[in-house]
This record gives sequence, C-alpha cells and structure tokens, in this order.
Amino acid sequence: MTLIPITLTINGDLTQVAVHASQTLLEVLRYELRLIGTKQGCDKGDCGACTVLLDGEPVLGCLTLALSCAGRSVTTVESIPRADPLLESFDCHGAGQCGFCTPGMLMTAKGLLAKEKKPSRDSIRAAISGNLCRCTGYGPIVEAIAAVGEGTVQPATEEKLPPPLPSYGAPRK
Amino acid sequence: MSDRLIGKAGKRGDLIKRARGDTPFTDDLALPRMLHGKTLRCPHPHARIVSIDTSKALEIPGVIAVLTGRDLPERFGIIPWTPDEHALAIETARFVGDGVAAVAALDERTAVRGCDAIKVLYEVLPSAVDLDSAITRPEIGLSAKKDDNVSKAVDLAFGDVDGELAGSDVVLDGDYFFEGTAHVPIEPHCTLAQYDASGLLTVWSTTQVPHYLHRELSRVLRLSPTRIRVIQPPLGGAFGGKSEPFGHEFTAAKLAMVTGRPVKFLISREEEFYLHRGRHPMRLHFRLGAKSDGTLTAIDARNQIDGGAYSSFGLVTTYYSGQLLSLPTAARSYRFSSTRYFTNKPACGPKRGHGSVQPRFAFEVMLDRMAEKLKLDPIALRRKNAVGGNTHTINGMRVTSNGNLECLAKVEEASGWKERRGKLGFGRGLGVASSAYISGTNYPIYPNEMAQSSVQLKVDRSGVVTVFNGASEIGQGTDMLMATIVADELGLPLEAIRVVSADSDLCPVDLGAYSSRGTFMNGNACLTAARLVKEKLIAAVAAKLEVPETSVFVTRGALCVRGREGDAVPVEEAIQLAEAKFGALGAVGSYKTPPNLGGEYRGGTIGASPAYSFTAHVAEVKVDVETGVVEVVKVWCAHDCGKALLPTQVIGQIDGSVYMGVAEALFEEHLISPNGLHRGPNLLDYRIPTSLDVPQIHSMFVESLDPEGPHGAKEAGEGPLHSSIPAVANAIYDAVGVRLHALPFSPGRVLEALRQRKA
Ligand code: FES
Ligand code: FES
Repeated sequence: MTLIPITLTINGDLTQVAVHASQTLLEVLRYELRLIGTKQGCDKGDCGACTVLLDGEPVLGCLTLALSCAGRSVTTVESIPRADPLLESFDCHGAGQCGFCTPGMLMTAKGLLAKEKKPSRDSIRAAISGNLCRCTGYGPIVEAIAAVGEGTVQPATEEKLPPPLPSYGAPRK
Repeated sequence: MSDRLIGKAGKRGDLIKRARGDTPFTDDLALPRMLHGKTLRCPHPHARIVSIDTSKALEIPGVIAVLTGRDLPERFGIIPWTPDEHALAIETARFVGDGVAAVAALDERTAVRGCDAIKVLYEVLPSAVDLDSAITRPEIGLSAKKDDNVSKAVDLAFGDVDGELAGSDVVLDGDYFFEGTAHVPIEPHCTLAQYDASGLLTVWSTTQVPHYLHRELSRVLRLSPTRIRVIQPPLGGAFGGKSEPFGHEFTAAKLAMVTGRPVKFLISREEEFYLHRGRHPMRLHFRLGAKSDGTLTAIDARNQIDGGAYSSFGLVTTYYSGQLLSLPTAARSYRFSSTRYFTNKPACGPKRGHGSVQPRFAFEVMLDRMAEKLKLDPIALRRKNAVGGNTHTINGMRVTSNGNLECLAKVEEASGWKERRGKLGFGRGLGVASSAYISGTNYPIYPNEMAQSSVQLKVDRSGVVTVFNGASEIGQGTDMLMATIVADELGLPLEAIRVVSADSDLCPVDLGAYSSRGTFMNGNACLTAARLVKEKLIAAVAAKLEVPETSVFVTRGALCVRGREGDAVPVEEAIQLAEAKFGALGAVGSYKTPPNLGGEYRGGTIGASPAYSFTAHVAEVKVDVETGVVEVVKVWCAHDCGKALLPTQVIGQIDGSVYMGVAEALFEEHLISPNGLHRGPNLLDYRIPTSLDVPQIHSMFVESLDPEGPHGAKEAGEGPLHSSIPAVANAIYDAVGVRLHALPFSPGRVLEALRQRKA
C-alpha cells in the first residue's frame, strides 16, 4: 500500500501525515497522531463517538477518509480548554458517566453552539440524535448543553487548597 | 463532620479527564512493537472441527503468529463448577462466532487477511438455535453429559403452594416471553497484553472482574499468578457485559508470550453481538392465587431459559429467575421451577438485573391483572402484601432497611396516580410496578473465607492520601465515592485524594463490579480504612495538645478540640504528627458479608444480600392505535438507595436504568436466525434509543438509612431497571385495554393484540 503525504490543520497546528488511501480520519487521529480523545464505538457510522469538527461542521471520523481532509481544518476534543463552560456543565449535570460517548457529544455540542447561541432543548435533542449514549438516558446531556446556551454555568473555579505547611514545601521566609 | 461532601450533588472529577483523552481507555493504550490480533470465528451454529490448516496465513508478510485451540487446551468459565469454554474451540464449535483460530500481525488489516487465509474443515452438526429445539431434541447433546441440552435445573418451594392455591378465591394464569437483549456499551471490548523480559505478563483489559480474570489467566495459561498482572483501565460502560473472562483475553496473552511482543485485540461492533453474554430469553408461566380481600396466597412459576452456547453465569441466573420473587410484594407460599437450556447461539450471561428482570416483568403484570380482578387499586394490592423491614422473606433472606412503601408513595404522588389513572382517555394510560434488588451477593463465586472487598490507604506527609482500591470503575463512580468517603473522614479536600483502582499488583482484591456490590462492600471497606487513619490523627493531636482523645474531632481542613476553638491543627500537620508518632501512615479496610443472610438450603446463598434496594415506577404511555406505536411519555421512578452518597451519580444510575428498561420494553431484541447468524449485529439494526426516543425521566430517591451500609447506603445501579418494563406493560393496558405477553412491545405486537381484542 502506498502512503500519500497530506497537510491539514489539527486543533490549529499545521500537521503533515502520510496516509493510506483507505485510512479514515478516525484511524489517523487515534492511531497515527495519537489523539486518543476521539473514540471509536462502531467504525460504521452508527454511534457518533468519533465526531470531530471538519471546517467547523460535525462529521463522523470513521466515515471520513483522511485523504479528503487535506488542506482542511480538523478540531478534536483535545482543543477544548480545561475550564471550558461546556466541560464544566457536563460535569455539573452528570452528563457523562463512563465518558466514552462524551468526546463525540462535546464536539456535536460545539458544532451546534457555534451556529445557535441559545439552542432550544428540541434542537439540542435533534442535534445529538446521532450520538449514542448508553449510560445517561440523555436528559442530563440536553440540560448541560442548554445551560451553556443560557449562560447559567458557573465558570470552573479551583477549590481553594490550604497553603502548604512550613514543614512541607512552603517558601522559606 | 458537619460540612460533609457525602450527600451533596457535585462533580465527578474524573469525567473531564476521560472526556478529553487525559485518562486512557484500553484501546487508547499503545506499546512499542505492538501487534494486532484478530479471531477467526466459526460460521456454523454447531460443527466439528475436522482440520485446521494455518500454513497459508503464516506465509502472509506481516503475519507473525497463529494460534488454534490446541495451544490453549485448558477450559475456563466464571463459575468454578461449570468451566466449559476454551479460548479457541478445540473439537467442536458451538455457535456462529465461536473462535477457532487467532492471528497476530503487524496491523489489524493484515491480521484479518491472515484469518481469511486459514483453512478450516468443518463437519456441520445438528443444532438447536431456539428453546423449542433445545427442549425437544435432547439428542443434540449440548450438556456436559451429552445426553440432553440442559444447563441447569432448579426447583424450590416455600410453603404449601398447592394447598394455598386450592384455598384461593381467585387463581390467575399467565404465559410470558422475554426476548433476550444485549448490553451494548459504547466502548467495545479490548485487551492488550505484554510479556516482558523478566517473564511478567501484564494484561490491560476491558473487564469488570479483574480479580477473576487474574485467576483464569493463571489457569488457562498454566502460569503462576505471581507472574501475571491484570490492570483494568476505566471502562466505557459495561452493564454486566464485561463480567467474565473472554477468549480474546487469553489469546492476546498467549500471543504476547509466543511472539515476545505486545498484542492488542480490539473487538469489532459486529463481534460484540457474538461475544454477547446478554440477557437470557425466558419463557415464563406464572400462576398467582389470592383471597378476595387481596391477600396473595401463592406464586407458582415455571421458567424455561435460553442460555446460548456456554454456561457463563447460568447456574446463578437459573436461581435468580425465581429467588427475588419474595420481595417487595410477597405471597404466603411460593415455588419456582426453572430450567436453563443450552442452544447454539451466543452465550447469555448477566445484564443489569441478572436473571431477575424477566420474572419481574411477568410477576408485576400478573399483580396488575389480580388487582383488576379483585377490583383493587394496584398500588393498594402491593401495599397489602408488602414485606416490611427487619424480617425474613419466605425463602429465608434477611431484610433490614426497606423503603418500599415510601417508594410507592412517592411515585403515586408525583405521577398524580389517584387523579389521573384510568382518566387519561383511550390511547393514554398509567401503569405501576415495584421491585427489589440485592446490594452485593453473599456468594463470592469461588467459595472462600476471605474478604470480598478491600481498600488500602497510603497517607503522604504532604497531605495526599492514595486509595488503593481493587474495585472496578466502569462509569458508575466508585473512584469518586472512595475519594469522597476518605476526604470526609480525614477533613481533606477532594483534590488531595488519589484513587488507584483495579490493578492486581497495586490494589488489594475486590471481586468486581457486579451484583451491585460496589457502594455497599467497597464503601464499607474504604470507610473502615479511613477511620483507622483518623484514629491515629486524633491520637497524635490529642497527645500534642495534651487533651483527651475523645475531645478531638475532624472538621474540613483541621482537627479541633471541643471547647477550645483556637486550638485547630491543620490536617496536614496532624498527619505529620501522626507519622512522627507511629511511623509511616496507612491502613487497610476490608468487608465481608455477615453470616446467615440466606436460607439453609441448596441455593439459599443466591439472592441473599446484606441489604436490599427497593424501587417503584409509574409509567405514562401513549399508544397510537393506527400504527401500534407505543410512546413512553414519562416515567416516575423512586428508588430506595439507603442514602444517596453521591446524589448526582445516584440520579444518573436511576435515569440510566429507566432508559435501559424502557429500551428493552419498546425496541431491543437480540435475534438469531435459524442459521445461527445474528439478525443485525450493528447499531442500526439492533436499535438502541437515541435522544429522540427517550421518555422524560423523573428520578427520585428514598433514604431508608441501612444499618450496615456505609453511611446507610445501598445499591442504585441495577434495581431501578427491574420494574420499568412491567410499568410500561401495565400502562399500555390502562391506555388501550390490551395485555402484551411478549417483549419488546413493537408496533406489530401491539396491533396484533388490538386486533384480537376487537375480535
Ligand atoms: S465510530 Fe464512528 S460513528 Fe461509531
Ligand atoms: S456516558 Fe457512557 S455512553 Fe454516554
């Protein structure tokens, strides 16, 4: 099998990678570039665990040929900052249990929130209908996304840790 | 401590790490020089393997090694009395999908080509791919003695059933069929094995029973357990589908040993449906007697269970098909007779509510019919026959805390039952059901006197406490629970607690994430360990301040002395004082069930548990009489979890159970064609609900404060599924007046029932 070099932007980084003609974007992300945040649940286009943004649009990584992404921009779950309100909202609402569907859900939600600032619950339900979750029953996921749109998520705050004791690592006076 | 974290809704902590790829799942792991494995599977439901020729596969560039059954001749099985599986079939393959050879290659595509190049000559044998043929054609000989197809038969009777039935005012009969269903975790099974230069085998696997895997690896590989380490990375859902050893776990290990390179097996979604171990199809015949005042006199149940190709947990399943019928609503006498048959289908096993969800469906529908016959409200009938707290059931199970009546009251009130039932107009209806479930089983699978769960704490002088915990985090939140218990006991912030789980080299043994045992057993073990550390901190602080130990107490961040507010000692300093006084700080805690929880008869340990959870459901449905489509509009579920230690997680478990039960009620069936092939081994044909298919779920908890649970807690992960299915069935009857006897309630079945009702 011949390898074909392509250049694409991944989470803002210009990336060069050599791919087989039959390799999917999901395989290249996970197994070549080790961006393991994106998950594989079926490899057939049925579960949505592999959802990433391609030029801002949610796509299924397992149904997208890597070659077709040459010159385009891919955004994965690793791009979401730790203190992002969407992550915070998912955690507060119990919108993930095992967390395996969560990367795909988050990317679908990002795609939706980019288009609709304040999506209704119906449009959230429709948007995530291609992302299967086996743990939550979806209710908390819908609420978590809605809360971000409604701006009711408190930004993540670091819990105040006690200052280190002088006997352990506190700066000398 | 007053400002406890226990009992407060809060974040999970590990979710964000999981979601962003910071915490690797099994398939996220990769090792240098790693090979990829694939299993060649039998295409016939039952066949003798005449010969296997692997030479062509080994000629393919990139194929490194090939295994057949003879390389792993030892049998295994989760129940020690019924080891009937081989890592790869040796003489006979028993279902379409049975592994017959395994290939390790440089990449997965080459491994698949390697499998394709293996030539297997089969002699196709007669097969039983459904219950009827398993029952009527004993000559197929799928049992151990090969003289019939029976896997396990149980007959148990409590009280004078025949006499009670004869003296009953009403006796009802009913036949029910529960089609099997699959777990479908979104994360497929995956195993990575490494055999290092020192001769240590490390296996990372998607298992909810790392301890049992460790034992079985040792047996099948004929390798000392001292040379095996099992690590369970976080799981992407399991629901019982990862609770026994699987063939690929052994072949990955063996191939790693043979090749000297790490080997990974990632199971495809199609293979998932053949590995299966899902809910057993059951045919249930129930007879229920009552007096005209509503006293239930007798339950007589006969169940035929379709077990699939192997024993799996079947021995236990067969007991569970009847043992839990004595709670929460009981009759004066009861008996059940259950037979599990082998069939040439993917093996069935434990799925959320192991073996007891199917009879619960039948029984709760029978109760609804009985209430109607006696002109009683179905909730009133359940109240009248409720088993209370601090008692024994008719089959000898010890019951302590019991929030059944509170659960019924909550759903009655929240759903507007009294005002709305029977008054929603044709096509809309309400149904009720209730159930009970175990918080861990008394039975440790292999008989032994050791602890069922243990936790070890290591306390660092910096103020960090590491919890070495044998239990399996599968998404339910045990890691978070352990951290919270320790943080509360020692007054530390959550961030100072690390949890290391399910690693046989690092953690003490816990038996695994099954039978809803985590919160109760693991929680108790952890609480014991944390209290031992706390005692040392208190002793050290008391000595330093020269006050009696009884006057020292822990608050968040500090140890204080009663009546001397100014004398607070920060926890970190208390740890250092204790380390100076006692040496390195740590503690172990264990949990073992108390004796005499169950009846004194063979099988009496099954169903026996240190505590029972209770659940009540009311479902509201809308039935379209033109199309037969049932929509579950809303479900109210109240669950007695003893005490909600992590309320967000408890509600999540209830939500998830209701979701899964409604899915089984309406959509899911694991169907095998007569030729042994799965009818649709993918997520389009095996339809699990999307965000557009789920009802509104109103989850509530009841806190009965169990006397032996950690802080009063019991289980929440499996109980709330049980009564969701019959609640939907009973609501359909309220809506359109038809009784559905077979699951799922698909449009075809509903239309047929409506047609028969008109006729
Ligand atoms: S892995 Fe792509 S949709 Fe399932
Ligand atoms: S959180 Fe487990 S699949 Fe969604």
